[in-house]
Amino acid sequence: MKRALALAPLTALWLAAAPPLVIQNGTILTVTKGTLHGSVLIRDGKIVQVGENIKVPSGATVINAAGQFVMPGIIDCHSHIAAESINEGSVSVSSMVGIQDVLNPEDIAIYRALAGGVTTANVLHGSANAIGGKCSVIKMRWGKSADELLFAGSKPGIKFALGENPKRRGGGTAFGATTLRYPATRMGVEDVIREAFTEARAYQASWKLYDARKAKGELVIPPARDLKLEPLVEVLEGQRLVHAHCYRQDEILMLLRVADEFGFKIRTLQHVLEGYKVAKEIAAHGAGASTFSDWWAYKVEAYDAIPYNAAIMTRKGVLVSINSDSDELMRHLNNEAAKTMKYGGLTETEALSLITINPAKQLMINSQVGSIEAGKDADITIFDGHPLSNFSKVIMVLIDGQIYFDREKDLSQRPVRENRRKELISKAAEEQKRSAPASSRRPGL
Amino acid sequence: MKREFVLLPVMLCASAVLLAEGPAVYAIHDARVIRVSGPPLEHASVVVRNGLIEAVGENITPPADAWIIEGRGLTVYPGLIDALSTIGIPGAAAPPTAATPGRTGGPRPVAAAPLPTPIVPPASPAAGPEDRPSNTSFLRAADQIVAADHSVELARDGGFTTAVTFPINNIFAGQGVVFDLSGTRTGEMVIDPSAGQYITLRSNGFTSFPGSLMGVIAYIRQIYLDSDHYKVAKAIYDKHPNGLERPAYDRTLEGVIQSPRVLLPAHRAVEVDRMLQFARELKSKPVLYGGEEAWRVVDSIKKSGAPVLVTLKWPEKAKDLDPAINEPLRVLEIRDKAPSTPGVLAKNGILFAFYTDGIATPKEILKAAQKAIDAGLAPSDAIRAFTLNAAEIYGLADRLGSIDKGKIANLVVTDGDLFADKTQIKYVFVDGNKFEPAPESPDAKPDAKKDMEKTQ
Repeated sequence: MKRALALAPLTALWLAAAPPLVIQNGTILTVTKGTLHGSVLIRDGKIVQVGENIKVPSGATVINAAGQFVMPGIIDCHSHIAAESINEGSVSVSSMVGIQDVLNPEDIAIYRALAGGVTTANVLHGSANAIGGKCSVIKMRWGKSADELLFAGSKPGIKFALGENPKRRGGGTAFGATTLRYPATRMGVEDVIREAFTEARAYQASWKLYDARKAKGELVIPPARDLKLEPLVEVLEGQRLVHAHCYRQDEILMLLRVADEFGFKIRTLQHVLEGYKVAKEIAAHGAGASTFSDWWAYKVEAYDAIPYNAAIMTRKGVLVSINSDSDELMRHLNNEAAKTMKYGGLTETEALSLITINPAKQLMINSQVGSIEAGKDADITIFDGHPLSNFSKVIMVLIDGQIYFDREKDLSQRPVRENRRKELISKAAEEQKRSAPASSRRPGL
Repeated sequence: MKREFVLLPVMLCASAVLLAEGPAVYAIHDARVIRVSGPPLEHASVVVRNGLIEAVGENITPPADAWIIEGRGLTVYPGLIDALSTIGIPGAAAPPTAATPGRTGGPRPVAAAPLPTPIVPPASPAAGPEDRPSNTSFLRAADQIVAADHSVELARDGGFTTAVTFPINNIFAGQGVVFDLSGTRTGEMVIDPSAGQYITLRSNGFTSFPGSLMGVIAYIRQIYLDSDHYKVAKAIYDKHPNGLERPAYDRTLEGVIQSPRVLLPAHRAVEVDRMLQFARELKSKPVLYGGEEAWRVVDSIKKSGAPVLVTLKWPEKAKDLDPAINEPLRVLEIRDKAPSTPGVLAKNGILFAFYTDGIATPKEILKAAQKAIDAGLAPSDAIRAFTLNAAEIYGLADRLGSIDKGKIANLVVTDGDLFADKTQIKYVFVDGNKFEPAPESPDAKPDAKKDMEKTQ
């Protein structure tokens, strides 16, 4: 284990030469292939083998998980951590902005998410406008650069929002009442989305026309690239996933109709607290639903919610996940998932799926993460008890086969860090004392 | 104490009186000469003629027509360059030093002080990049500097002969100027009116686009794309005006196209990485400014080849910080390590220069530099960071930054090591004009202080 730790900061080249890793004697909740008592063999950041009897290769690092529970790293389909801005709320269509531009790999929320067993999150733009900014799927690679947080191969996404937030007219009085932001109603939100996609279609057509005329050898000035419309064209072409913040059944149906009309798909409905009322329609569109377990009534549109939402939608054939939307809630998504067993009677595996394989499918990263299967990324969380018990704690978290959280190490480092802190405080105080007399000699200034 | 405070401006005015309509030829004889471009020379002479350095060396006979300055015990340095300033722009505050704050508890190496310059409110709300909000890329500091501005003299008295001044009040703030700190007509002072485009990442909140950091970044990206398109469209149109739609003239794009380099704020390590990547995307030559945490990301800076302008205003504990707050280790470490940045950059062969970031007095500027020396910067590299490095960053090393034949005669003559506490600046030469700064501290010349008090 020590060896694995030492290897963590080294480059990919070294990684290839890293010794294999075996997690032994644990209860392994694969989520997709049942539960077994045994081992997981990891090589080069990937799960190579899962089974009851795995021979430990020579030179392998062994993690003894006796009495512990090994599950796939938790995936949060709705988060706002690790970003230095969330809302471009000045306009109703802000598809030109993206979270990737403002990722902050030093946000302590990343480490705290790890401590809650989370390995992957969909970091979304906020819900201030009908069409928001581009999202980033990240892995909690604490200590790495912003670029290295990005989930390689994940499909790009974009945030939409319906209802109360996007119809707020803006907070500024700087320019007088006449310049308040459009829209002010749910009808207006629909209009903004329609208008944006109408514009995007025209933009798409202008490039097609240009390409055609140029191919014919005509003299044409190319259209100017438009960073606002490009992501919307990608949505139309099925290259960008739409994650739509919503609450009420009427607005959910509205969005599904608009999407059908323009010929694109809503990948996930986020929050979707009234999803249980229109689960059949959601399933028919093929949208996923990412919801809270029992968090509601924080505003009018969030009143008609029930804790059975996730279970009912699941039973109606909707692909459901439980998300956090909060750096605090993010640290106990396992408990959130467990609530669906009480409210709606989901099975253990179904409950675990809500925070692992289901969000992975929603984000279209399920070929890489979301379950413990050979060939997938070694993103693994080890609990000291069953993860669906709220008495269980995260012991260790691996991403790509590297240890990113180790509870024991964290605890042992605390006094060391505190000492270093005290050292620096006294050093700064001494420096100040030394330089103080000189400056007090200087007159005037 | 209060009275002495009032005295300072009077003393500074006094130094202006000392500006003589002097001779055109000077020879500083038998001095220690820190050329910067080569090893220091002992008992050497520097000959200045018509604003240029005519000769420098150990065996030089002063020309017959030269005004001789006995240099025994004196040290001659190249004139100092403030690599990023607002010197010469009346009423301008220093460029903002505050890092863009981390939203979710990201570390802030500099005290989160309010921006020293007010954000210029847009005249009307912008609905997107097409409205060109906060964009005065076409402004040129060369057209804004005022020769008689008090800041010019203040800096010169501290040994600064050259400043690189930028407009700083917008996202695309405008183009900087490299200019010498002496002259009556600004046109004569200007060395290069196209020093680069100064970028800030300030946003307007929810009232007007861009309202967030990512909005600002997206906006800058769109402007650069538009500039590329503008060039292409104009080129096609200029060739075939007959029968093609005329591209619209856009001064905000002209300003970007005319800028040979782009200055990007990068205080924290995260920001350094972010801005380097952004510059690659913009296909523009970046100069990073800030750099307090650059020591953590030397590899990526080195790989990029981007130079860094390092602020001399080291991060400090906020004066009004609640004593009950336990500052996290990260914040303490950033503060502790910031002055080690220049030393680390020098060791890694990364080109960097100092900027004074609105530090009030020349003495404090040198003291801040001494802090970097204490933290591992070689004194010779410190001098370089005030002189030749800045010239190299702005592509002017062929005429500025060292004491070499043919270069502009910008010199500082001191009675000792530039960074030593007791050292006095005896003369400053700007474009070959000799200035004698007023004594720095009235303590050193009690008589002068008394005289001043009498004049009150």
